[in-house]
Parts: sequence; C-alpha cells; structure tokens
Amino acid sequence: MTPVLQARGLVKRYGHVTALDGADFDLMPGEVLAVIGDNGAGKTSLIKALTGALQPDEGEILLDGKPVRFRDPLEARRQGIETVYQDLAVAASLDIATNMFLGREVRKRGPLGTVFRMLDKKRMREESARHMEDLKIGLRSLTQPVESLSGGQRQGVAVARAVAWASNVVVMDEPTAALGVKESGQVLDMIRRVRDRGTPVVLISHNMPHVFEIADRIHVQRLGRRVAQLKPADHNMAEVVAIMTGAMTVTDGKAVVADKGAAEAIGLS
Amino acid sequence: MAVMQATLPRRILSTPTAGPLAALILACAFFAFKSDQFLTGGNFSLIIQQVMVVGTLAIGQTLIILTAGIDLSNGAIMAFGGIVMTKLAVENGLPPLLAIAAGLAVCAAFGLANGLLVMKINLPPFIVTLGMLNVVFALTHIYSQDQTVTNLPPAMTFLGQTFRVGGTNVTYGSLLTILLFLLFAYLLSQTAWGRHVYALGNSPEVARLTGIRTRRLIVGVYTLAGLVYGIAALLLVSRTGVGDPQAGQTDNLDSITAVVLGGTSLFGGRGTVLGTLIGALIVGVFRNGLQLMGVPSIYQTLITGILVILAVTVDQLSRRRTR
Repeated sequence: MTPVLQARGLVKRYGHVTALDGADFDLMPGEVLAVIGDNGAGKTSLIKALTGALQPDEGEILLDGKPVRFRDPLEARRQGIETVYQDLAVAASLDIATNMFLGREVRKRGPLGTVFRMLDKKRMREESARHMEDLKIGLRSLTQPVESLSGGQRQGVAVARAVAWASNVVVMDEPTAALGVKESGQVLDMIRRVRDRGTPVVLISHNMPHVFEIADRIHVQRLGRRVAQLKPADHNMAEVVAIMTGAMTVTDGKAVVADKGAAEAIGLS
Repeated sequence: MAVMQATLPRRILSTPTAGPLAALILACAFFAFKSDQFLTGGNFSLIIQQVMVVGTLAIGQTLIILTAGIDLSNGAIMAFGGIVMTKLAVENGLPPLLAIAAGLAVCAAFGLANGLLVMKINLPPFIVTLGMLNVVFALTHIYSQDQTVTNLPPAMTFLGQTFRVGGTNVTYGSLLTILLFLLFAYLLSQTAWGRHVYALGNSPEVARLTGIRTRRLIVGVYTLAGLVYGIAALLLVSRTGVGDPQAGQTDNLDSITAVVLGGTSLFGGRGTVLGTLIGALIVGVFRNGLQLMGVPSIYQTLITGILVILAVTVDQLSRRRTR
C-alpha cells in the first residue's frame, strides 16, 4: 500500500539548531497516526514541513507517491491537506457558516455574483449544515457567532471545516489541549468519524490516554528524527513514554532498555 | 434539515446596531417633545448636512477600526485633499473634474502610505496615523501658505446644491453620503471582501491561516479609506464653498465618536457601517436638539463625551459576557 503522505530525510536547521535531522514520516490510508515527542523533538517542525508552513532544507515529501513541494500553507491546502490549529482555528465574531467557508466563499450565480460579488449565504449555510450533520455536531443555529459556542463546539467547527475541504489528509495540532474531559471525548469521537469516512488523520498530542484511545499507529519523534513506529496494542504507556524520552529504544519491534538509570527512574526495569 | 434559524427576538438582541438605534429613536422622541421645530423635514435635512462630512470620514474610520486599527489622520487628509482640489482648480486652472480627481488620488495615496507603514513595518496604526496627522497637517499649511482658497468653479460646489423632496430641500451631498453608507454596508455584509475584513479584525493569524491574503487586505482597506476621505473633502468643499486649511481639525476624533456610538468595537472584528451612520446621527441629533432647546454648545460636547464612554462601556461589558 502506498502511503498517502510520506517524507524522507527531512532536514531543517535554524542557525546552529537542527530542528529536523533526517526525519522520515509515513501516513497510511484510512488511519489515525499519532505523532508524539518531547518538547524540542521536532514534532512541530515536522508537521509544519508537511503542511507547507515551513520549507525543509533537505529531503523530500511525497503525496500519493509523487514528490510535492509546498511553498506556503495555501499550496498544501490546495493539495487536500487541511490543518486544524490548536487555538487559531476560527474567527470569533463570525458565524459558523461564514467560518466554514472563510477564504473559500461561494458567490451567487449570474450577474449578482460575477458583477456585484454577492455571496450565496443560503448555499453556504446549507452545505455547512450538511457537514456538521455528517460529523454529528449538534448546533442550534448556523448563524450564531462562533464566540457564543463552547470550546468543544468551536473545535468542532474547525474540525468540520478541515474535513469538508480535506480530500487527502487532516492534520490536527493538539486539538484537545484546551478542552475539558467531556469536550475532548467529543473531539475524539469526531476524529474517529473522520477516519471512518476514509480520510487519514495525523494527530499531534501530548495526551497519552488520548493517543492510546484513538491512534492506529504512533510515530515517535526524538532529537529531530523518527525513532519508532508503534502500534498502541503492542506497548503500554510507560514504555512509549520511555521510548519518547530515550530511556528505551525499539529493536525488532521490542522495547529495550537503553538508559538503565532513566528507565529505573520511571519504574520500568 | 435540523438546523433552525435564530428566533426573531434573539436576532434583534444579537444585532449590534439595536442599542444605538434605540438610543437614536429615544433621543428623537425626547427632542420632538421638547421642541416643535425638531420634527420637521427641514430640520432633519439640516442634521444630515451637519453630519455628512464627519459621517463620510467615519465610513473610512469604520473600515480601519474593523481591522482592529484606528486612524487619527483622516481629518487632516481630508483638509489636504480639499486644498489640493480647490488650489488646482482655482490657481492652476485645471478643469474642476480633473482637480477633484487629483484631490481624491492624493487622499488615497495618503491612505496607501498609512497602510504600507502598518503592514510593512508592523507599526501600531495609532502611531502611524498620529505621525501622518502631523505630516499632513504641516503639508496642508505649507502648500496653502495658510490661505483660504475662494472663488471656486460651480462644478466643485455642485454637491452643496439642493433638490426638493416632498417640500424639503435635500443637498446632493446628503444623498451621496447616504449612498456611500449603503454601498459600504453592502460590501461589508454581502461580499467575501467584507467577511475577510471582519476575520482580519478578529485575528490576523486566523485569517492568514485560512488563506486570506491579509497583507494585501490591510493595504487595500487603508487605501480605500483614504479615497473615502477624498470624497469627504469634496463634500466639505461643496458645503463651505472654500478650500480651508484649518478644516477638519477635530474630525478625526469626531469620526471615532460616530463609529463607537454606532456599536463598532475598538478591538476590531465587530460592528457595522450602518451602525456608524446611526452613531453620526446620534451626535447630530443631540447637537441640533440641544441647540433648539437653547443649551450652550459646551454642554453638547459634554454630553457627547458621556455618550462615548457609555458606548465603550457597553461594548466592553458585552464582550466580557460572550467570553
């Protein structure tokens, strides 16, 4: 099976700091892939490179097996890669339908649209309603401003927008970080539904229980590289954290203690 | 489809212009009760003439405030534009229409300069336009040599002439002002450009990440505002019949007053241009009504000040409620 999105040997340097040091990445069709790593491991740089927010110095990115190059986020979006940013997702005072179509507005047919540039608000509302229903996001009204929604509903709007436009990949950066328990659960349900519709999801998260609950595979990033690809079923949380921090390494699919002192410190040997 | 429309009372309550409109109606009712000259067509025509220059400036101001900016230089730009058009026509003998076009272009150019400074160097709009205010004020006095330009060609004061509607004289300038308000209300509420202006005012980063070309949008908004100031200059010239280097010195603050009274948030992203029209009318109605009641003009200023503080307080409280 060809990975939907793939990266080989990505390198990104900022002066003397190497953010990405030959990082690989593979996202398979129809999966939820969690990307985890300690602070400074290069998670954010990796995701930014994959979504066009930064340009790697070396290495290549392949979409459906074909090499691609994104000069800015807009180009990645045009290729069907949508990103949900943690707290930069929606314009607060605008309504839900407007947010869904922000930057991609639909104009009326005929001279009203072409000459007078009039928006087709009805159509945008109807299509928004359909997308919200697909993801089972219950909302009273699509004309209410997003700021009147709860944090979870707001995130729901952002996810719905990403899913609506993502033909290839949805990337979510810490989508539950700012949410409470119940709302986080709603977002995780939503991620499942997105996957079940056939769109693969990349989930960046610090929250191990969430990762274990929802991920089909885990990409562990450390010191600017991918150090392991795991299945949550094969490892427990403590092991994964140990791999993430370098206390253990993965050899032939088995986690092996690499740093005895560190492993003992977290009670793993 | 399971999505319901918002109910009517809810929609009215969530309409940001509801409060200002109620205030305007109350003020009108009060003054109609206090003075029998107030509720006449002639008096309303006068109020509109009195507010049309500041009202037009306030259209540009609304655009800029919606992007979370502010423009302190608009009155000065208007004064300079007025001097440019009148001097070119009277002293350089340019055809009036060409002179007007040159004045509009100069105002748009100052708007462009503001926009470029805000966008390129990422300076706060308050500082950029404060500097521009002084630059343009000085240029106006240098270029005009402090002389008022008189003997304008009739084509230049055409907007000050009147036509009759049902027994009331209405100036063409008042009509143009109303049309401008309607045009910008349409652009802001019915086009993608308008949505983008609001999104930019909410958060430039959100707007950028959704693919809006925010830098171009900012420069465009300031330039367009400059062009509107040019139209205000033409309205001013046709109303006063002269090119006056002293004109518009407090109009920057008056235009901000109109915007704020109209329910537009100084934090950006919320408000409407029709609200600004209501805000300008509130100021006009208070000035006019108090004058009819024989209240000294300094009290008019006092009351306007209190109204502004009230309006900003309401804005702040309603924001706190939704957060």
